[in-house]
Amino acid sequence: MLRLIANRLGLGVVTLFAVSILIFVCTQILPGDVASAVLGQGATPETLAAFRKELGLNVPAYQRYFNWLWGALHGDLGVAMTNKRVIIDELLPRLYNTLFLAGYAALIAIPLSVGLGILAAINEGKFVDKASNVLTLITISVPEFFIAYLLIILFVVNLEWFPSLATVFPGISFSERVYITTLPALALTLLVAAHMLRMTRSSVLSVMSSPYIEMAFLKGATRSRVIARHALPNAAAPIITVVALNIAYLVVGVVVLESVFVYPGIGQLMVDAVAKRDVPVIQACGLVFAGVFVILNTLADVLVIMVNPRLRHKR
Amino acid sequence: MKILGHKPTGTAWIGLGIIAFNLFIAIFGPLFAPFSQSETVGATWDPSSAQMWLGADQIGRDMLTRLIYGARMTIGVALATTFISFFIGITLGFTAAVLGGWVDTLISRLVDVILSIPLLILALIILGVFGSSIPVLILTIAVLDSTRVFRLARALGMNLTVLEYVEAARLRGEGTWWIIRREILPNASAPLVSEFGLRFCFNFLFIAALSFLGLGIQPPFADWGGMVRENSAAINFGMLAPIWPALAITILTVGVNLVVDWLLSIEARPSGAQAEL
Repeated sequence: MLRLIANRLGLGVVTLFAVSILIFVCTQILPGDVASAVLGQGATPETLAAFRKELGLNVPAYQRYFNWLWGALHGDLGVAMTNKRVIIDELLPRLYNTLFLAGYAALIAIPLSVGLGILAAINEGKFVDKASNVLTLITISVPEFFIAYLLIILFVVNLEWFPSLATVFPGISFSERVYITTLPALALTLLVAAHMLRMTRSSVLSVMSSPYIEMAFLKGATRSRVIARHALPNAAAPIITVVALNIAYLVVGVVVLESVFVYPGIGQLMVDAVAKRDVPVIQACGLVFAGVFVILNTLADVLVIMVNPRLRHKR
Repeated sequence: MKILGHKPTGTAWIGLGIIAFNLFIAIFGPLFAPFSQSETVGATWDPSSAQMWLGADQIGRDMLTRLIYGARMTIGVALATTFISFFIGITLGFTAAVLGGWVDTLISRLVDVILSIPLLILALIILGVFGSSIPVLILTIAVLDSTRVFRLARALGMNLTVLEYVEAARLRGEGTWWIIRREILPNASAPLVSEFGLRFCFNFLFIAALSFLGLGIQPPFADWGGMVRENSAAINFGMLAPIWPALAITILTVGVNLVVDWLLSIEARPSGAQAEL
């Protein structure tokens, strides 16, 4: 089992490396020349040359890549092109904000959707199951901002329970932060819960069709007992994978919702950088998002290996 | 009435109706629009009235008219993206399946890397470097989305290339392209049709989200995601302006999903061996 886990962790590192190359290629090599792309056609040859030197474009691409990667590994992501700020200083507090929001949403979404998914599987074909099927299908089809606006209309405009803007600032108290981020966290929850619920339901049901479950029924166990004792332990692995995938999706869903609620997270930083075409910041944000995504997926796979009873003992 | 040899269920009919209505509006809508696209006919965020059914937008244009004009742009861009994505994905997927070897390994590993990070992040990176224009937007999303189509097409192709009739065609001396077009494509079409619906929904929502972030379809073109963005401030005053375009997006995606759900349930029936794909 340890060897499997080590393998998986190694694969995670390789993936991160490959992803960093991909991001570098997209931002530096693909456009041909970042300098002329950013400065536009009106730039004189002198400004172009100066700008190229400033971006370090006068050295070969592979060398630039390793410089960039080496810097990134040491926490040096460079300086923003537009406001000359050190990127890492701006990035870290925002990363904390984003992870806080995503974690908050995950805390509500996981128990809720896994619980309801199992409930739907137990009551397969009955009203609860059919209702959840239609409801989740609708939630999946809805764009992020639509959910957010419905929540704002309900909780901000009509009930006046929460503020519509989730403005957090340094030094805000923990309880205040929780209160302010409740609405975006709820919106995120609705966004991912439907997927998780459907997939939990289907993975429990697919285990339910295996022969040993039929055996359990034949020996006279009740449906809920069969699910709790026989099906769930074996459905755990796919459920963990689904949950991890959706948490990773959460980190991305955050980009749009941060924009709706004007929440100072890393998603907003990236969207602003894209609008201003500030390449170093885009690279840095992309790398952080990709890193979080790959790390979460790797962790989930390790967890799946650990809960698999067949791998727990040495042969 | 039967479609694709099967009788649609009730919910599938609703979905088909929604899709037909949206396509009709996208093609012929401007003929019925009560006002012209850029005409200012009211004050900012005027409420619904007999002349303006859905009220006015942020600079007093008629919301319904903007929605009707926006349909063409929003649906057109998403459709174009999905078609290009399918063209790239199916071609590469079947080629990888038929040729195998290093071609397959090379494309598959590249796709693995692209799919190991969220597509939205990659799309943002590329749009950030190139700047957002409609051709760049369509191509970017089509290429990124084709990775998912590639996976499905490759899996389908893998299962089909080992069958006798493909082997027979090979022995006859048919070329790779002929085998892909005449032997594999017709037999893989059923799962690809429902996948087309799913990918369309994904691209449609993806482009709407990008437009909402201000990075997708740019003004002066009316498009639903962008309209939500332009009118978003109204929500804080309890006005419904940004809800209408968001609702239009929702209705079309729900409609397509209802049809896809029905198509998937046909394929999942015992007679269809494709369920596992």
